[in-house]
Amino acid sequence: MIDVVNLQKSFGKVEVLKGIDITINKGDIVCVIGPSGSGKSTFLRCLNCMEDPTGGQIIFNGVNIADMHVDINLHRRKMGMVFQQFNLFNNKTVLQNIMLAPVHIGKTELRKAKWHNLFHKDKVEITTTKAQIVADAKENAMQLLRRIGLEDKANVYPSTLSGGQKQRVAIIRAMAMNPDVILFDEPTSALDPEMVGEVLDLMKSLAKEGLTMVIVTHEMGFAREVANRVIFIDEGKILEEAPPEEFFGNPKNPRLKDFLSKVL
Amino acid sequence: MGSFAKKVDTFLTAFIDNGGYVSVLEGLKNTMIIAVFGLIIGILIGTVIATVRVLPKYKTLPRVLDAICSFYVGLFRGTPIVVQLLVFYYVLLPLMGVHMSSLYVSVIVFGLNSGAYISEIMRSGIQSVDHGQMEAGRAVGLSFGTTMLNIVIPQAVKNILPTLGNEFIALIKETSVVSFVGASDLYKAFNMIGTNSYEFMVPYLVMALIYIAIVMLITLGIKLMERGLRKSDRRS
Repeated sequence: MIDVVNLQKSFGKVEVLKGIDITINKGDIVCVIGPSGSGKSTFLRCLNCMEDPTGGQIIFNGVNIADMHVDINLHRRKMGMVFQQFNLFNNKTVLQNIMLAPVHIGKTELRKAKWHNLFHKDKVEITTTKAQIVADAKENAMQLLRRIGLEDKANVYPSTLSGGQKQRVAIIRAMAMNPDVILFDEPTSALDPEMVGEVLDLMKSLAKEGLTMVIVTHEMGFAREVANRVIFIDEGKILEEAPPEEFFGNPKNPRLKDFLSKVL
Repeated sequence: MGSFAKKVDTFLTAFIDNGGYVSVLEGLKNTMIIAVFGLIIGILIGTVIATVRVLPKYKTLPRVLDAICSFYVGLFRGTPIVVQLLVFYYVLLPLMGVHMSSLYVSVIVFGLNSGAYISEIMRSGIQSVDHGQMEAGRAVGLSFGTTMLNIVIPQAVKNILPTLGNEFIALIKETSVVSFVGASDLYKAFNMIGTNSYEFMVPYLVMALIYIAIVMLITLGIKLMERGLRKSDRRS
């Protein structure tokens, strides 16, 4: 699904990623671990071009999205992202947070189709209306909220939620676009310890449904339990890639051995 | 004190019996028109300029636009508004061969002028919004413009509302210079009453009180608006 070929990223003269190659298949749950400053977050942010790669290719569903000429917004709809700091829209209620993108994109496409029909002979069939788009998005959003047990919070602003609730809302906001893959950038690092569990549980249940996920994390227990592949990044390179049993049970790279001995 | 009572009397005669209140109401109307529409134009221009100035600058087009915008801001902040009014009315319009009423000219010049100031206010407002808000919008596939309009600018406006109120107050007070191009504002109306009755003390005193009253009303209005906009911050 995602083919990363020789991905490079520099900030000015600082070379952060020095050529990363990895293939992420459908249904994969890839955990990325590494010391701080190793480039693991940059790697994740390059996958959806939140940081523009300075070299290499990212082939997502057959398109090289690292190419500056593609409409990145189109591809990001199929590639959700969850942030360390949640980044819920502060000026929108929980429900609006989840509905905003589906409604906006649905309406834009409807408008484009109507515009097209005005000027072209080959009519596009229009099967929906604005009201229908909003109603569908709302139903979908409420269903997702029920899933995480926060349907009673639909109409409050994010400032009233706890950290764990915010992150769970952020995850279902990404889910509302029905993405092919979700990128998690240290989703539990900003949470109080007692709230880590609820977020990880939601991620586990998504994993069971077969959602493709790439997760930068420090939760070694979670990586061992949920991932089907774990990669170790240090100094801008993938130093080890293995299934979790082997990765944690029998690490080969000396730097990974050293890292694991410190964190486990 | 007797002479003051006489002056009040003279003023009242000019104000009520000789129809001074008509020109005062007319002046008040014009002052408000210039300030309100100037502010609206200023907010529109300011928002556009501020957005241009926070655009990522990898490509040529944003850089060119940025240069144009900083030239504009430099131009309008670097000259007094009276000079801008005079140049616009007596230089630019005749050169272009356009005739325009002095009220419209005033609205346009005040709009252009406050656009330059508001762009800087708006820019600091946009920069005060956490960058993660923009990233979150982009990450769900919304464009830069859509995210800006729906997420970042509403939060920026909330942060800069007190400053924007200041700008509106400043605009109202600055409108007193539009009589330079012959527009009849509040100052012009009281000036005329004074000229006609040969008595300036009371008219100018009343004028000052009216300006203060307007500004106090606006201050109250801003406070109420702020309270409304704060609802997303409150914990319920």
